[in-house]
Amino acid sequence: MTTTALSRPGRFPRLPLPVVAGAAAAAWLVAWIVEAPAADWFTFSVLNLEHGSHFGEAVGFFLEDMPKVLLLLSGIVTVVTLIRSFFPPERIRPLLVGRGLLPGSLAAAGVGVITPFCSCSAVPLFIGFVEAGVPLGVTFAFLISSPMVNEVALVMLWGLFGPWIALAYMDAGLTVAVVGGLIIGKLGLERYVEDYVWELQGRPSTAIVVKLSWSDRLTDALAYTRTLVRKLLPYLVVGIGLGALIHGYAPTDLVAAIGGRSNPLAVPLVVLMAVPMYSNAAGTIPIVQALLGKGMPLGTTLAFMMAVTAISLPEFVILRRVMKLPLLAVFIGVVSTGIIGIGYLFNFLAN
Amino acid sequence: MRTIEVLGSGCANCNRLEANAREAVTMAGVEAEVLHVTDPREIVGRGVMSTPGLVIDGKVVSAGRIPSAGDIAAWLNEG
Repeated sequence: MTTTALSRPGRFPRLPLPVVAGAAAAAWLVAWIVEAPAADWFTFSVLNLEHGSHFGEAVGFFLEDMPKVLLLLSGIVTVVTLIRSFFPPERIRPLLVGRGLLPGSLAAAGVGVITPFCSCSAVPLFIGFVEAGVPLGVTFAFLISSPMVNEVALVMLWGLFGPWIALAYMDAGLTVAVVGGLIIGKLGLERYVEDYVWELQGRPSTAIVVKLSWSDRLTDALAYTRTLVRKLLPYLVVGIGLGALIHGYAPTDLVAAIGGRSNPLAVPLVVLMAVPMYSNAAGTIPIVQALLGKGMPLGTTLAFMMAVTAISLPEFVILRRVMKLPLLAVFIGVVSTGIIGIGYLFNFLAN
Repeated sequence: MRTIEVLGSGCANCNRLEANAREAVTMAGVEAEVLHVTDPREIVGRGVMSTPGLVIDGKVVSAGRIPSAGDIAAWLNEG
């Protein structure tokens, strides 16, 4: 396999790039520090709402959380997109060719964390991996890990709930990806990949990596962040609004009755609920926050988040173009079973 | 006559890139046809796995991102 590098013309921003980046980072930091006290002051001093009242607590929650989540999201997505631009799949693929199933699946799940993933690229990605000789199980480990475990979700979880939940989510996601890859690899489902994909295997393959300047990477990162935040904004408003209502009004038993420990079917139930929902991992965070805050157990909550990101109907429809139904069914089955298993495991461990 | 190919399955990003490419042709004042390649085999065959990709006169100039019309025009004038 050869890797071709192409050069391209650079573009000059009006101000030196480090100056702009430094100023933006400083502004972000100041906003992050003053955000919570400012929201508190506004709610209880300016609006003169009462501490401890349903309405006051709900408004305070919303005003504090909305800027916090927006700040986290925009800051993290920008930085992460910048980092990701160094690890396109074209560059990752050679690392996965010719490895055994277990080391390959581990590596694929790992690089899946940093590689950018868009479900619209799933088909060329799948074909590109298979034709280059990446084993089927390893390819699936990547396909499972990439959308589910990503740095945006991890840093958001870290910022809002602390390092342990973030690490728990990462471990859970990587486990599902590696085990899923191993199972699919062991089952020998190669015949259920659409035939034309195999016909391509072995042709001389050239992965092209286009060289980018820092200015390109930063421009892309900002553009992507703007698009993502705009797309997620309505969900965030609804999610945080819902969270605020739950925070101020909902009795804890309501959430506990549906998702709590006393309901043994809670985990598969939330996974099922998540199937028609599809969102970027970051979009689920406000809902996750509200659920955790109201006492939904950790395992059930993580299962919900993983299911929303990893089990997506549109992606399956797209993947049907390269895999026959039995393989797709095994894929969906393995992923949902893995997520449900992880949910139960974490509920058990947290007990 | 130049050839610009947008590699992508017809997703929103691919359509935005195609729009940028068409605008770039006007900006650069060159004669070019803009084609949309949707066959994934063809896309991978060009060495691109992250869509949308952009090919000018057979050469891949970008993948997995949406260059601006200005950037594309610069590439057109350069080549």
